[in-house]
Amino acid sequence: MSVATIKPQSIYLDNNATTRVDPEVLNTMLPYFTELFGNPSSMHSFASGVGRAVAQAREQLRLLLGAAYDTEVIFTSCGTESDSTAILSAIKANPDRNEIITTVVEHPAVLALCDQLEKDGYTVHKLGVDSKGRLDLEQYASLLSPRVAVVSVMWANNETGTLFPVETMAKMARDAGVLFHTDAVQAVGKVPIDLKHSCIDMLSLSGHKLHAPKGIGVLYLRRGTRFRPLLRGGHQERGRRAGTENCAAIVGLGKAAELAMAHLTEENTRVKALRDHLEAGLLAAIPHAFVTGDPDNRLPNTANIAFEYVEGEAILMLLNRAGIAASSGSACTSGSLEPSHVMRAMDIPYTAAHGSIRFSLSRDNTKADIERVIEVMPGIIAKLREMSPYWKDGAPVEDPEQAFAPVYA
Amino acid sequence: MWEYSEKVQELFFDPKNAKAVEDANAVGDVGSISCGDALRLTLKVNPQTEVIEDAGFQTFGCGSAIASSSALTEIIKGKTLDEALKVTNQDIADYLDGLPPEKMHCSVMGQEALQAAVANYRGEEWKDDHEEGALVCKCFAVDAVLIENTVRANNLTSVEQVTHYTKAGGSCAACHEGIEDIIAKVQAEAPTAADAPEVTPAAPVAAAAPRGMTLVQRVQTILTVFDEVRPQLKNDGGDIELIEVQDEKIFVKLDGACGGCQMAGATLGWIQQRLVEKLGEFVRLIPVNSPEQAVSRRV
Repeated sequence: MSVATIKPQSIYLDNNATTRVDPEVLNTMLPYFTELFGNPSSMHSFASGVGRAVAQAREQLRLLLGAAYDTEVIFTSCGTESDSTAILSAIKANPDRNEIITTVVEHPAVLALCDQLEKDGYTVHKLGVDSKGRLDLEQYASLLSPRVAVVSVMWANNETGTLFPVETMAKMARDAGVLFHTDAVQAVGKVPIDLKHSCIDMLSLSGHKLHAPKGIGVLYLRRGTRFRPLLRGGHQERGRRAGTENCAAIVGLGKAAELAMAHLTEENTRVKALRDHLEAGLLAAIPHAFVTGDPDNRLPNTANIAFEYVEGEAILMLLNRAGIAASSGSACTSGSLEPSHVMRAMDIPYTAAHGSIRFSLSRDNTKADIERVIEVMPGIIAKLREMSPYWKDGAPVEDPEQAFAPVYA
Repeated sequence: MWEYSEKVQELFFDPKNAKAVEDANAVGDVGSISCGDALRLTLKVNPQTEVIEDAGFQTFGCGSAIASSSALTEIIKGKTLDEALKVTNQDIADYLDGLPPEKMHCSVMGQEALQAAVANYRGEEWKDDHEEGALVCKCFAVDAVLIENTVRANNLTSVEQVTHYTKAGGSCAACHEGIEDIIAKVQAEAPTAADAPEVTPAAPVAAAAPRGMTLVQRVQTILTVFDEVRPQLKNDGGDIELIEVQDEKIFVKLDGACGGCQMAGATLGWIQQRLVEKLGEFVRLIPVNSPEQAVSRRV
């Protein structure tokens, strides 16, 4: 989509996909594209300031994560690289262990890697979830053993915002002598994190989910954790991630981390209130809709609502025409032909799973944004239900699955 | 985000015939459970003339499913049932000025709904034999089910063979790992060679159905592509000559500096890609030294 087609009054509610770079972050970065272009490894004045700025960013990340040492922060190119580095390092550093524990609702950055490792001969245990997307910790406890090389469990689910008890799970892993990694890409900046008082050994985060640019991520690696690099080469990041530092993005991420800390309370009060208002408003105005995930234990910015008997991509297209950006767990938005694996894992009926819409807010959103969504959404759903074979005269047809039972390919 | 044509957007935002036809005498209900699309087509057919006097659709599905359903109703209104049955999914896609490859199944659903409705009108039972899988080759819109069935039926063992039979993997090559995975999966389940029944290879798809063009049109298109690339070849002191065309095989002679050059493979790949784009079908460029060699390669 060209810049010209984005209307000035557009409302952005897709912050779990990516966030707008904060103007303060951008301003902090700009000098590192111009006069401060030196390579921090170099021995001259073009470089010295850059090295100091990278060190400062590392400290800003340490503070956001509550890490004990700034050397526990390794800059990477993205959340996916951090996830791959963590899991591949754990299995390389523990060659006598051939099992991995993860969950069915992880991001593809973890799931696709685990599927590949399964082909390579590893045993992957994927913990299931209940209808609210919650894990069974007894099942988890029964799988922890000296055969497990690493546990990788997301802190917050990207689609529903549901939080997993990673601190408890990390403690259980530690007691069993197993490494614990968490993909915290959605959680960082939205929930308080205090790694030095946790048993989490490795944590992934991604810059562009917290108002830093794309192309920068972090792997937190607890001091003393056995580690094998993914990228070998130069001495950057103390030899743990070779490759010339993306200095401008690192400096930007440092600033974004500082801003995230400053806005953490706002995220959990004002933004949360907006999310709750949006959810209540939509559910009051639209029948046959329900919240997916665990409403009592989730990110403050995420609302995932299933609108029954309509399909998500069609909703998104009509929302987009109204200047509202959101996302969907529908198969059609991904081209994969499969509805979201998260919705399927929670056993959401497919007539609802395909109509699930995720609204993910940020500190940029206003009350007016939310009022506008509550205003236009009922008309959109009504228009599509008019066209749906499951719907008649303002209500679902009686016994919808029976009344419309098409021949399926 | 999908790149939908103006026509798709128009028929999605302002669909025509989005209704259940009153006193319909033909109903077709079809869907694709994996994609979550479902369509009910209702027709009012004149019993004397078999002309479709009215058509309406109700669709649970994405933007292109709704647009495809609407397009179908617009195309078939006023046609007799026999005329309507000649409408293909490609006709629906063409009416919409094209669909993204991942969305072509929406047009298939439209065609199937029509077949189901006609069967319903004639008191026949409609059975769907069409199975869909995840899209593997995005260049030629080939899905996993087709590849798997083809690999199994023909005992295929290489990506090259799969390309030969299905076109999958014949252009950008990004799906080769996925094709290898399917071959490995089929091989893992295959019985040992000793008790495998003898399989007669089916005719390659590309050979069976060169789409749309006559032989003369194809040769003209091929020569036009050669004329386009010739200046670049001549810059490097080479040339290309068309020797023979057999179905999807195009035999050529590389002259001058091109013949025997280490870059010949890359050059052929580049020209082949242009041919694939211009012809709208998969073709294979095969270098030969003489016309006799081309003939001897005939199977």
